[in-house]
Amino acid sequence: MQEIYEWFRWLNEATGINLTIVYDSYDRERMIDGFVNTIYLSLVCLGFSVIIGIVGAWLQGSPLKWTRRLVNGYIQLFRNTPPLVQMYFFFFALGSLMPRVENEWGIMEPILSNWHWAILSLSFFAGSFNVEIFRSGIEAVPKATVEAAEALGYNRLQTYVYVVLPLALRVCLPALNNNLVNLVKTTTLAYAIAVPEMLYVANQIWSDSLNVPEMMTFLLFAYVLLVGLLVMVMNKWERSMRLPGFGA
Amino acid sequence: MPSSSNAAAARHADANWTPDQPIVAIRNVHKSFGDFEVLRGITFDVMKGDVICIIGASGSGKSTLLRCINALVPIDSGSIKVEGQEVHQPNLNTLALRKKVGMVFQQFNLFPHKTALQNIMMAPVQVLKQDKDAVRERARRLLAKVRLEGKEDAYPGELSGGQQQRVAIARSLAMNPDVMLFDEVTSALDPETVNEVLLTIRELAEEGMTCMLVTHEMGFAREVADHMYFTDRGIIVEHGPPQEFFANPKDERTKAFLGQIL
Repeated sequence: MQEIYEWFRWLNEATGINLTIVYDSYDRERMIDGFVNTIYLSLVCLGFSVIIGIVGAWLQGSPLKWTRRLVNGYIQLFRNTPPLVQMYFFFFALGSLMPRVENEWGIMEPILSNWHWAILSLSFFAGSFNVEIFRSGIEAVPKATVEAAEALGYNRLQTYVYVVLPLALRVCLPALNNNLVNLVKTTTLAYAIAVPEMLYVANQIWSDSLNVPEMMTFLLFAYVLLVGLLVMVMNKWERSMRLPGFGA
Repeated sequence: MPSSSNAAAARHADANWTPDQPIVAIRNVHKSFGDFEVLRGITFDVMKGDVICIIGASGSGKSTLLRCINALVPIDSGSIKVEGQEVHQPNLNTLALRKKVGMVFQQFNLFPHKTALQNIMMAPVQVLKQDKDAVRERARRLLAKVRLEGKEDAYPGELSGGQQQRVAIARSLAMNPDVMLFDEVTSALDPETVNEVLLTIRELAEEGMTCMLVTHEMGFAREVADHMYFTDRGIIVEHGPPQEFFANPKDERTKAFLGQIL
């Protein structure tokens, strides 16, 4: 390890390519934290947004008019506004209305942290798209298949969980895949409310070490890697769910 | 099937229905889709163990009638009773009805994401919450009964139409229904696989299962049916035992229809 650090130190002296995140232990730890935070933020929002998509698409098929209207209103609101505006709205507008509580050091702080708001706003943002994605999958499930489930005594929820959703998922995976890729990239917006994810940390590092081009390049490749991993996992999942004689 | 008739009687110990009354009683049923009146006053009874065949031109309301019996389609007026229980009422116990009435569709409608065995096991496990191991045993027996041993792990997409349809019949039987509805179950099949499905239905009929078939297989209908019904534009024009029905139809419309088909 020590030799690698030394090599990067030499690289800096010889060429001016200053990757403090390798040889400087403080910067290195900051960047590792940022990387882990980005992964954490991505996974949590990914999970919540998929749940929102599944539940939202179920509610969209509700026989109750107002439930359907509510879901459609939610979709309109979150699809038609920029995610950064949403995040600011959550953090500054809603955040200021939240009650404050005393923390372990006796200091008053908001009940929801910037982390919470980032997770909330990103999940709802991606979730609104996921509802529409799942709906497209649901619409591709033949009505006759649903009827067969009904004839076997399945109620609406059971039909959704056991028959419609597993089939819809297979249809909408490519679109879901796209949206989740977008979500991972959009986590950088949490920078705006000081969530220490990769972009935020990179910004701190280049402020200290004045190595903007290096950090920008690193960020670019880090996201290529992260999104590449996600796409690989999703494609593998898609293949494992392929059915003989169903779909393409 | 003696076991199923006992079960049916036990399930209705508290109701007034007894097995000597019609298992399906249809009274003056009307149904319209928009301006088009599909059923214009249908009335008939089906007794336990009967095999009845409904024939008629496309659009004469045969399939709609079957779908009304297990409440897949609501009716506009009239009454349908299954084992004495009114089907079209606001507080219908849908599950209780669907348990009693099995249905097999023209397009099989198997669940493509589950294997043949899983297709049969799903509803008893997920809907009736029966013990999985017991259901698996029963599902294997049913699969053997429809002559599909060895196809347990095949997905619907890997089976021929006739095989899929037999899985669909087994899937319906797994719920231990008292009445089976067959909605043109051989119409989507290749001619060479039609017979294997008909054989399965014939065996069911011989075991005493109450069957209602909408069919275009006249030869088959003549052999298995206890009673024939001919529908034309939403009403029953003529009915009778198959020998008489086919040998000398009385109504002109029946004559014309049979003349075209036979």
